Amino acid sequence: MHRRSFITLATLVAATIGLAVPAQADALADIEARGTIKIAVPQDFPPFGSVGTDLQPVGYDIDMAELIAEKLGVELELVPVTSANRIPYLQTGMVDLVISSLGKNPEREAVIDFSDAYAPFFNGVFGPDTVTVAAIEDLGGYTLGVTRGSVEDLELTELVGDDVTIQRYEDNNGTISSFLSGQVELIATGNVVAAAILERNPPIRPELKFLVKNSPCYIGMNKDEPELMAAVNAIIADAKADGALEAISMEWLEQPLPADL
Amino acid sequence: MGYQLNFGWLPQYLPVLIDGIGVTIYLMAVGAVLGCLLGTVCAWTRALGPNWARPVVVAYVELIRNTPFMIQLFFIFFGLPSLGVQMSELEAATLAMIVNLGAYSCEIIRAGIQATPRGQFEAGASLAMTPFETFYHVVLIPALQRIWPALSSQIVIVMLGSAVVSQIAAQDLSYAANFIQSRNFRAFETYIVSTLIYLVLSILLRQVLAGIGWALFPKRKAAR
Repeated sequence: MHRRSFITLATLVAATIGLAVPAQADALADIEARGTIKIAVPQDFPPFGSVGTDLQPVGYDIDMAELIAEKLGVELELVPVTSANRIPYLQTGMVDLVISSLGKNPEREAVIDFSDAYAPFFNGVFGPDTVTVAAIEDLGGYTLGVTRGSVEDLELTELVGDDVTIQRYEDNNGTISSFLSGQVELIATGNVVAAAILERNPPIRPELKFLVKNSPCYIGMNKDEPELMAAVNAIIADAKADGALEAISMEWLEQPLPADL
Repeated sequence: MGYQLNFGWLPQYLPVLIDGIGVTIYLMAVGAVLGCLLGTVCAWTRALGPNWARPVVVAYVELIRNTPFMIQLFFIFFGLPSLGVQMSELEAATLAMIVNLGAYSCEIIRAGIQATPRGQFEAGASLAMTPFETFYHVVLIPALQRIWPALSSQIVIVMLGSAVVSQIAAQDLSYAANFIQSRNFRAFETYIVSTLIYLVLSILLRQVLAGIGWALFPKRKAAR
């Protein structure tokens, strides 16, 4: 390598590391001062978030985001994200909240905070009738598709043996496409996601094999934001009490909220 | 509170990164060699080949050069299984890179061939060379020398473009970076590291290509 290349490289490294990301002071005060709240929502994860016929996102998470913005009395700005990039969006301050069917686990709790649960969610392994598996131990030799960074990915990576191939796709569309095109035999995803695929009558049907985890959805926010946390939790509690959340659940999941949520 | 950089995760995920670098180098090497070979055959066909074959090459080149690489990749990986052509993500990624570079290098090499003066063909023929010998010694090598800098750039572009193969779960360097980032939530640091690795790979690749240039065109000073 030329000496000049080295110098260029060193300069670039120094320039990159020299960048510092300013942190927000009080997120709730910022949101109120701005008059707008930026919320990350899924767009490839029906019924929580998908793109409607008018190209606007619709779903459980979008309704929840609208409810939060309305109660805070600010304008809502929806930011579409994928499973893999939703936490970086939050960490880099590009959004104030993540309402993106986000499950809780210790790794995530180390970097962001979670509100109370706002939606039920069960994930499991799904596949066509031709594949007979009933538990994690039966997965040996199969290829399983997951969305990278999702709760299913993190859980199953821990649980399965070396003889299971896990293919991780960038977003849920990739995971679903890999299953429907036969590139993977099984997928791990949410029960409601599989149900939404089944409704469209695909040639390869994702039938439930077994459930992996009961993993309700929480609203994600940056750490050390007690005012924002209190405001969001109050809105969730009110919505549970006055039936607003029940209505959202009936509309998108077509079932009442479980009592333990 | 400023952002605190933290690279403590690096040792734990080093094997993942190294595997990713290996796949990226594999994709680049196979893609570059076979892609340029395909490009050379297509360039010969388009410039000097039989009349019936030329429209086929033109159609291939136009199709590939006027569609996004990622869509070509998705077509091969998610689309072709419907026609019964099933391949692994690594095979699909390699094929997509060969096909993509083949089309671009075809146009670059063809430019070199067409810049060869007509008299040079005749000179080759008058020395009793076979048409293949004439093409290889008299046309192709000087043509390659002329367009070597452009071809080198295209190979680097394709190597960098290979980052999108992580979309079909091919486990290249970008896949490794995304994988690590989804585990350690240290997006900034993870992408600093992967950016630097890509930078080093590009610089090394340029050196290798310049070296090949020196070896391939020994009598003349290879343009860089």
